[in-house]
Amino acid sequence: MKAAGLIIVLLTGGLLLYATQDFPPWGAPDSPASTHVSPRYLQKAMEETAVPNVVTAILADYRGFDTMFETTVIFCAGIGCFLLLRIFRQKPEDRYYRHIATEITLHIKGGKIPEKSREFERIDTLWTPYDLIIKTMCRILVPFIQLFALYVIAHGHHSPGGGFQGGVILGASIILLAISHNMRTAIARISERIDNLLMAVGVFIYAGIGAVCVILGARFLDYGNLSVVLFVDKIMARSHGIFGVEIGVGITVMAVMISIYNNLASAGKQDEGL
Amino acid sequence: MIWQLDLAILTLVIFTAIAAISVKDLLSCAILFGAYSFLMCLLWAIMAAVDVAFTEASVGAGVSTVFFVAAVFHTTRRTRD
Repeated sequence: MKAAGLIIVLLTGGLLLYATQDFPPWGAPDSPASTHVSPRYLQKAMEETAVPNVVTAILADYRGFDTMFETTVIFCAGIGCFLLLRIFRQKPEDRYYRHIATEITLHIKGGKIPEKSREFERIDTLWTPYDLIIKTMCRILVPFIQLFALYVIAHGHHSPGGGFQGGVILGASIILLAISHNMRTAIARISERIDNLLMAVGVFIYAGIGAVCVILGARFLDYGNLSVVLFVDKIMARSHGIFGVEIGVGITVMAVMISIYNNLASAGKQDEGL
Repeated sequence: MIWQLDLAILTLVIFTAIAAISVKDLLSCAILFGAYSFLMCLLWAIMAAVDVAFTEASVGAGVSTVFFVAAVFHTTRRTRD
């Protein structure tokens, strides 16, 4: 069976390598990818949308539907992980608490959950040493990562980046907090309810901007007519429309990343993990 | 495009890909996938597709590695085949 698999892999790989000979050379001006619509986008994107980064202009304006449903796919991935993994009914489990001053660990079996206290902190069931260096470093690092993520979203017009990348970096900053401290610290910052709401809010912003365009008399996701409400000319309105949908994409992607991580790492219990 | 750099990265991509599917330890497999993603990110950057490279670096090398590690953490670390 293993030999058969190897033969199939080698055959398919050989076929693919053979087929690459028919490819046009890298960056050839007469290749199909750069003859039909690409020259038009490259020439007109700046004067039509006032966005210097052509990739962003194509993704969010010319191919707006594509990106909207891509965002919906990410939203569905988050909802899918939530439905598959989340466990709502929890029986009281063993809990571990650490006395902060003396570092004595308490083991509480079942029963009622103790109230929050200043002398004890809850720790994970697995081995968790108290690490001041990692915690402090990550706590200092997280705001800078978030600032960079906001820059990536907001500067997507002029440099590489945009909603997807910025959203992932924003989500990663919260995931870093969950890994370096524990999951309860991260959930205290963004609760599960808020996070799940944000997943839908991002898609809603994207589709809502499209709907506003329809209300203003243009076609769906045709940002030009937003000039009526934004008090700018039609070209700048398209630029601002792109910015609006990028924010929507960023919110959804961030919330989905946090939700998937929380459900995956805690096996659906959302109280401790990694 | 510098072809020596391109060739070196492509060779490393193939090596990490073969290592990722042949290694028995799933945690090292996750790390190898992260390395693979990062090398692909370098390849996109060489091909001047900076937007794709950025996405690959943040999604492929960053968050998906964390997801793999989280999944390995709750299943098993040794693969049977």
